[in-house]
Amino acid sequence: MMGGLKAKHQRLVLVVIALVALIGAGLLAASALRNQASYFYVPTQMAEDPPAPGQAVRLGGMVQEGSLKTMSDGITITFLVGDGDVTVPVRFAGILPDLFVEGSGVVAEGKLDASGTFVADNLLAKHDENYVPRELQDMTEHQKNQVVAETEAGA
Amino acid sequence: MIAELGLAALWLAAALAALQLVAGAFAQRDGAAELAALARPAAIIQGLLAAFSFLMLLILFARTDLSVKLVAMNSHSAKPMIFKLSGAFGNHEGSMLLWITVMALAGALIAAVERRLPERTMMATLGAQAFVGLGFYAFLLFSSNPFERLPEPALEGMGLNPLLQDIGLVFHPPTLYVGYVGLSVAFSFAVGALLTRQVTPDFARAMRPWVLGAWIFLTLGITAGSYWAYYELGWGGWWFWDPVENASLMPWLAATALLHSASVLAARDALRAWTIMLGVVAFSMSMVGTFLVRSGILTSVHAFAVDPERGTFILILLSIYIGGALLLFGLRAGTVAEGERFSVTSREAALVFNNVMLSAILGIVLLGTLYPLVTEAFDVRVSVGPPYFNPVGAIFVVPMLIVMAVGPLLRWRQDSVARIRLPMVIAATATLAVLFLVMLTSDIGILPLLGLSLSFGLAIASFMPLRGRKLRMLPLATWGMVMAHFGIAVSLFGMACESAFSEETLAAVEIGDSAEVGPWSVALSEVRPTAGPNWTALEGRLMVSYDGGKPREIDPQSRNFWAPPQETTESALVTRWNGQLYAVIGREAGDGRWQLRLWWKPFVTLIWYGGVLIALGGVLALIGRLLNDLKRRSVKSRGAARREAQA
Repeated sequence: MMGGLKAKHQRLVLVVIALVALIGAGLLAASALRNQASYFYVPTQMAEDPPAPGQAVRLGGMVQEGSLKTMSDGITITFLVGDGDVTVPVRFAGILPDLFVEGSGVVAEGKLDASGTFVADNLLAKHDENYVPRELQDMTEHQKNQVVAETEAGA
Repeated sequence: MIAELGLAALWLAAALAALQLVAGAFAQRDGAAELAALARPAAIIQGLLAAFSFLMLLILFARTDLSVKLVAMNSHSAKPMIFKLSGAFGNHEGSMLLWITVMALAGALIAAVERRLPERTMMATLGAQAFVGLGFYAFLLFSSNPFERLPEPALEGMGLNPLLQDIGLVFHPPTLYVGYVGLSVAFSFAVGALLTRQVTPDFARAMRPWVLGAWIFLTLGITAGSYWAYYELGWGGWWFWDPVENASLMPWLAATALLHSASVLAARDALRAWTIMLGVVAFSMSMVGTFLVRSGILTSVHAFAVDPERGTFILILLSIYIGGALLLFGLRAGTVAEGERFSVTSREAALVFNNVMLSAILGIVLLGTLYPLVTEAFDVRVSVGPPYFNPVGAIFVVPMLIVMAVGPLLRWRQDSVARIRLPMVIAATATLAVLFLVMLTSDIGILPLLGLSLSFGLAIASFMPLRGRKLRMLPLATWGMVMAHFGIAVSLFGMACESAFSEETLAAVEIGDSAEVGPWSVALSEVRPTAGPNWTALEGRLMVSYDGGKPREIDPQSRNFWAPPQETTESALVTRWNGQLYAVIGREAGDGRWQLRLWWKPFVTLIWYGGVLIALGGVLALIGRLLNDLKRRSVKSRGAARREAQA
């Protein structure tokens, strides 16, 4: 088919086919990104404008002191994640990440269930000072400022 | 003294790169023969100096010289020697020095052995290589000096991230870097050929071994990195679509496309502009990867330093090199004469199709990797993971795999489908048979199902090019292709099995009790403390038996490093021919029970064996090409000698 075309035309046909395929891939990617990207929530946002139950999102905040409980099966844990104003209950079955402790930051990947509990598939905690989930980095900074603001207001 | 020697060598190497650039540029005019003669020696000495500088850094780390800032920040006297050495490139400055060393050595190697290119193209290539090198020397010397001294020597080093203290990490970074930076040669070749407008089959033949070499190392580096993440991170996954993984996958995709389009150019003198374009894109992807990983834009175990100044520096370098090369391409591509034509049913057409598919996959990975950065600029935080990459990627991977099965059977230029009907029917039958068999017997997702059935079809089809050929006469490069394509099928089979048939058990187990996962029974017999040179650990003693067979012991650990303080989980694995048992021990549940996480992953090891096969295929092809080249050279020189004798 292409053999019958002039040389100049074959190059043109190839360029057009390649462009169509690449633009197609780009459009496909763009629409998939809009649907499949998982959004980051802090507890306040999750309370005000919750994601649809079952939609994959990420929840970041501080593990509230005294909220960490292990269920009777020995592997399911529950805790509260808060941002100073609101807390969200989180359930997770699995082995906790190495530096997961009460009072420190965590990013939970998972879904909100119908009862308002966040069911986490995966927890990202601080690994060491060189490896902090990006959301946590800013958040601790933000929270530091908040604490400073509160103490100043109280004084 | 050692540190000063290293720094001096680095400055000298940078000066030689400048000389090489000037010599290469002047060689483009007539009557500058003296200057042009300097380019090759400059490249070779520059390579040696950079290597010397890197050696000095290794010595500093071996001795744990705490008066050097980099050593004090990243090493510790109590570390085992091998991790002291690997610590030299387990940090930002050291890894950039490794980068520039590999780049300078690659340049030295071109200067020393490459004789095929026309002299002017060769000079332009060396000039381009030096031009890219200069930017990275500047980056190293002005913003990331690895040899900086401390005003007062530190008393003790701060240690290396324990996750990086692993034998896999001793080899993973250098291997990947040889791959990344080896692609700079393809970039320089492409720029050189654009400057002199010499895009010929000979040019493709000259470029091909260099691309093959870099591609082999990239393949091995990605395979090793994936296995490291699998057993060291303790999550049981082998690919996370982490931006850092994507940063290594993107150059690989581009290099794979380049390898195939260079073959078309070498054999058929077609796809000239496209091959040049891929040469530019491949190394650009390496640089984009470096930018993503090293700028601190992303946070991961690979992002050593968060320093906006460095990020800006790399971004500027990036835009100069990529922008400049693309501009040159835009200006010159039109003047590169069009190559030979071919029909729709020909090997060229199949290769073109897969080149486009590879480029589309590359685009999808690139968009998915950059998207979170773009939305962040608008203050929206998102993360992009498997729900995006897997299905969208598959839309292009599946047709690519189908054409990959058929393409090698087709002849160059023009062929008919009727001629290859038999092998096509055999491969298609195998694919469909597996598809229906699996669909009837088990309930697995659409992607693993497609992967599983295509892996059978592709495995059979990959050997079809051997049909009807005299095996002893077959060129090594063809064997290489067969092996690499078969490796893809093997790897695909492993991936599909892992995602379709893995079983997982999460249980809290008392000492003396046991848990089941797949065909395995796992009994916890003891949890005991243990210690290493720079860590202490709790070790679980597990007695595991497969299908009621003889039990054997494995010992997963939860380790506590004290410099820097950090916990890591050390998984324990049992490998059988048909899969792997993967065990991780967690915390005490509070009532004397211990958390165990167990996976049975059928055929998971094939993922990495496939990767090794792909790389071995590359090695075979490379040896074949080099032997051919040597033969041609000796024929040429004998011919020349004969002519001389006659005259």
